[in-house]
Amino acid sequence: MTGPDKPVPAPAASAAEVLIDVRGVDYAIDGHVVFEGLDLNVRRGGITGIMGPSGTGKTTLLRLMTAQIAPDRGQVNVWGQDLATLSAAQVFAMRKRMGMLFQNGALLTDLDVFENVAFPLREHTDLPEPLLRTLVLTKLQAVGLRGAAQLAPAELSGGMARRVALARAIVMDPELLIYDEPFVGLDPISRGMIVRLIRQMNTALGITSVVVSHDVPELSMIAHDSYLLSGGRVVAAGTPQELRDSSLAVVRQFMEGSAEGPVPFHYPAPDYYQALLAVEDP
Amino acid sequence: MSAALRDAVFTRSVRKMGAVAVFFCRMLAQCGPALARPRLIVYQIYNAGARSLVIIMLSGLFVGMVLALQGFDLLQRFGSEEALGTAAAIALLKELSPVITALLFAGRAGTSLTSEIGLMRATDQLTAMKMMAVDPLRYVAAPRFLGGVVAMPFLAAVFSIIGLFGAQLVGVKLMGVDRGAFWSQMQSNVGLKDVMEGVVKSVVFGLACSLIAVYEGYHAEPTAAGVGLATTRTVVASSVLILLLDYVLTACFI
Repeated sequence: MTGPDKPVPAPAASAAEVLIDVRGVDYAIDGHVVFEGLDLNVRRGGITGIMGPSGTGKTTLLRLMTAQIAPDRGQVNVWGQDLATLSAAQVFAMRKRMGMLFQNGALLTDLDVFENVAFPLREHTDLPEPLLRTLVLTKLQAVGLRGAAQLAPAELSGGMARRVALARAIVMDPELLIYDEPFVGLDPISRGMIVRLIRQMNTALGITSVVVSHDVPELSMIAHDSYLLSGGRVVAAGTPQELRDSSLAVVRQFMEGSAEGPVPFHYPAPDYYQALLAVEDP
Repeated sequence: MSAALRDAVFTRSVRKMGAVAVFFCRMLAQCGPALARPRLIVYQIYNAGARSLVIIMLSGLFVGMVLALQGFDLLQRFGSEEALGTAAAIALLKELSPVITALLFAGRAGTSLTSEIGLMRATDQLTAMKMMAVDPLRYVAAPRFLGGVVAMPFLAAVFSIIGLFGAQLVGVKLMGVDRGAFWSQMQSNVGLKDVMEGVVKSVVFGLACSLIAVYEGYHAEPTAAGVGLATTRTVVASSVLILLLDYVLTACFI
């Protein structure tokens, strides 16, 4: 594992092993630098965890990997294709091979649970209704919500919505699954089930997974490779065990959840004492 | 207003019109594929049309009744009360039905479309569709646009019919205008051109209102305040555009 003084190179992997290759990416929003020379890769058939404090651009990284946004500089290659060179139709064709679990589920509110899961199948396939029904019920059974098939999204709890979204993400049997904060707001049972599902889909079906999360214990249980992002670049990379054993201050602070360390807990502000004494202008 | 500010406002307006035009073309390109799922369009016709029926019928009734009162007051000064049917029909068919229906449509269905699409955007539903390789312009925007365009002329027709019923109710039953004269004068003086003017106006207003509602929702800032602002913009822009287009179309028909 490498330290934070200079950008950390992605773990060595042959070109054939790499499914997503992010190379020298710079990205800024309204002049605010999110990434500067970001390098990382996602190994084919593995589970790659991406961790980092809030506001480090983890979700932005997922958006770059899925061609929702384009980098200011550098390349993002997925399945060996530079995303910047793809047409809209090619991007859509590529997305048919991937599934994405959104942080809030992003279920379509005008459809019930069954139709939400069936949505990609209805749009992209011409399957007969009985087969489509079987596929949808199989996926709902896998996330434990077959009984909720007729409920509307508004009737689901946050955790249930996330599980339905997971069923929808896997219904097309994707080769790549991207999870944006899959454990946030889940009760321990659902959390454990999601952890098992991510692992099972990887081991049984060989689905490559990218998991963005704050939850170090859960990610440590399932990830083969991990990256820790901070300050717009990768500050540590390696297996979860290597990250746990790291002596680097930034890694220790994140793994132990400490407020003190190189990553400031407080947003930059004028002196606290002076601010309390000031009559106006907080 | 300083020259710099005037230039900035002008540039912003032109840019916005350009953005709306590009959005319109992209959405039109998706209208064909959207027709492959007619169920979505039928549901949007129901949503924008059938659900607006009560407010359209109530408004039509009262507008027709007021029109009869005012018309009777004016016409009796010239001893031409029998022309009340003609006056009410021409005012309703050519002007009041398309304009008031469109204004009510913008307030009822337009705001509903904008806030619905804006909330879909705020809750990542549009992004989720893109990630499932489904173009939201085809699945969300085009059916809602087509639903609005189809619903508007029917709503205007209902407004006219109920308005005429209201005018007859007040004119004949209350003010004592002869029933035969009311209907026969209308029949002989109102031509197809008058009806067509109303139809063309309602179709154009339907296009304009639906486009603005869908555009504003699709480009709403994904926050509660952003969706609220987009909804307000829908009503303001639609209302101004309806009145502007009404003048242009009326001038074309005269």
